Amino acid sequence: MAHMRNKAESAGRATKVKTKHKELGLTREKLLDMYEKMLLPRMISERMWRMLRQGKLLFVVSSEGHEATGVGTAYALNMGSDYIVHYYRDLSVVLAAGMTVKDVMLQVFGKADDPSGGGRELPGLFCSSKLRLVSTSSPIAVQLPHAAGIALASKIKGEKIVTITYFGDGATSKGDFHEALNFAGIHKLPVIFVCENNKYAISVPQSKQMAIENVADRAPGYGFPGVVVDGNDVLEVYRAAKEAVERARNGLGPTLIEAKTYRYAPHTSNDDGVRYRTQEEIEEWKKKDPIEKFKQYLKEHGILSEALEKEIRAKLEQQIDEAVDFADKAPLPKPEDALTHVYAEPRR
Amino acid sequence: MAVKTVIEALREGLWEEMKRDERVIVLGEDIGIQGGVFRLTDGFVQEFGEERVIDTPLAESLIVGAAIGAAMNGLKPVAEIQFADFIYPAVDQIINEAAKIRYRSTSNYSCPIVVRAPYGGGIHGGLYHSQSLEALFSHIAGLKVVAPSTPYDAKGLIKAAVRDVDPVIFLEHKKTYRLIKGEVPEGDYVVPLGKADVKRQGKNITVVAYGLMLHYSLEAAEAVSRDGIDVEVVDLRTLRPLDKETLLSSVKKTGKVIIVHEDSKFGGFGAELSATIAEEAFDYLDGPIVRVTAPDVPAMPYSPPLEDYCMPSPEKIAGAIRQLAAY
Ligand SMILES: Cc1ncc(C[n+]2csc(CCOP(=O)(O)OP(=O)(O)O)c2C)c(N)n1
Repeated sequence: MAHMRNKAESAGRATKVKTKHKELGLTREKLLDMYEKMLLPRMISERMWRMLRQGKLLFVVSSEGHEATGVGTAYALNMGSDYIVHYYRDLSVVLAAGMTVKDVMLQVFGKADDPSGGGRELPGLFCSSKLRLVSTSSPIAVQLPHAAGIALASKIKGEKIVTITYFGDGATSKGDFHEALNFAGIHKLPVIFVCENNKYAISVPQSKQMAIENVADRAPGYGFPGVVVDGNDVLEVYRAAKEAVERARNGLGPTLIEAKTYRYAPHTSNDDGVRYRTQEEIEEWKKKDPIEKFKQYLKEHGILSEALEKEIRAKLEQQIDEAVDFADKAPLPKPEDALTHVYAEPRR
Repeated sequence: MAVKTVIEALREGLWEEMKRDERVIVLGEDIGIQGGVFRLTDGFVQEFGEERVIDTPLAESLIVGAAIGAAMNGLKPVAEIQFADFIYPAVDQIINEAAKIRYRSTSNYSCPIVVRAPYGGGIHGGLYHSQSLEALFSHIAGLKVVAPSTPYDAKGLIKAAVRDVDPVIFLEHKKTYRLIKGEVPEGDYVVPLGKADVKRQGKNITVVAYGLMLHYSLEAAEAVSRDGIDVEVVDLRTLRPLDKETLLSSVKKTGKVIIVHEDSKFGGFGAELSATIAEEAFDYLDGPIVRVTAPDVPAMPYSPPLEDYCMPSPEKIAGAIRQLAAY
């Protein structure tokens, strides 16, 4: 099976692990950019939880732990032309796609100038037609058929554009998962399905979600490869995504990537996050933290120093400060703004 | 002018739209080589090819969901649900997604899809080939809901639906498909969405209907005219957005109104019409608002006496008209 082959390959590569990034064609600049793109959503998430406690935010959904999965996959795309169909666990994807920190803050604050939708959706659901970040929603798995449809349209139009979509392990139980993958397989659509398997759907563990160990094992049943990757290893995620994107772009059809990862935070701010798992388990996963892991790698290869790391953090901290300040002061929507964009507004 | 059936008119309208705009695709079950179970897309795959006429797997959520995705990526998908009764797996996609995409993204994205669904009873279809679902979808802001009754309107409305920039639920009464004939002009014309049509002028009573019930109402109007009751029949054509102006001006003129639909009564589309009339034309009413509908049973049963009992008929409508006229 495809993911087994992939595992075997990774094992074989262990000896020349030191040149992994070169093998992937990633320069020093790109690696540092990737690192920054992982660090930024982490720092934003931490800030959001703080603002929730301060009463500045009403709701938080975050994805500390998912950063390598998000950035590793997003980095394989042509930003601005490929379509991204995300879900609420994808702040890292959204930022990598080009959303600014200000745009993110306007969204989570529900402000009038929120470019994703003027404060209509819950924090964590972003949208930009300019960035080809597709409008998405709260119901689980509904975005998978959309991704298939977007890819279908690209194929019909003869454009070499790929579509990537993200979802959790819980989403794989829904009919929309099956319907979308089945259709994508039939038509060899240029779409990449990324399952961010963090072992839980709110409280329900994987063992009660499915009787198998790997979601990726289902892919052959749809006629395309499934790949299991360490979702906490950004370079391995990137490797898998790059291959999948190439396959899709060359007309070879979809790939299902299962990134094994973990979320440290509660499901959302409405969950305590510990009824269904132990603090020890959370701590165990923190030892495998994707940002730490990548930092180690970069240090080993002389790409990142403590000083540079500090510099990057300070820069991001400042960006976040400015964005928070900006969004905090930005005007709220007018109440009657709730009435617009129900249908196309008549041209005046 | 050529006389055509409703299904011929719809086919012609859709065909012309596919000729006019290569972004239009159709997708659904058995719509390719089979031409659809009602043959509405007969010959389409031969003319437009498999890329634009897509035989989908048996998966309603996917049919609508993929149409939504394709629409967000610049195509104009027309999805066919084989029978309206089987649309429920796609209702999440229609209500949670299609209807809300423009709203939730403040028009970053829109969702210009058409979902066609043959609906309605009186064809011995039983519980699962007879349902009328207009109330369900008309309730949803963000959707447009169309239900043509004549061949002329059917062609003009399907064209308007395809050209619309928002999601349209296009309900085709399957009994009218071959039963109803009428003149249909060659070539391009559009019947705008959101405009009702007075199909029969009258002074005494307004009957409001759409789909097959429009024809039954016209028959009933004819029958009671022999008793000197002069009935005006309003064909809504589009249920949402509702053409209140035409509806209310007719009611204000006649002072009496009967609403006819074959969906069951409780919470049916007639309830919204009744409320609208009561709110906005109360002072003009000379009698109670009357509804002629199916009884409140889960769906239309199969066996002929049961089906006949559930279906409104010209006789039942005429009976209601006579009663209201005497009020
Ligand atoms: C169809 C549907 N059912 C239930 C919910 C409530 N809900 C929100 S998130 C969630 C769990 C999703 O888990 P998973 O897909 O694994 O993603 P994760 O949150 O773990 O990233 C549930 C049950 C929902 N949003 N949509």
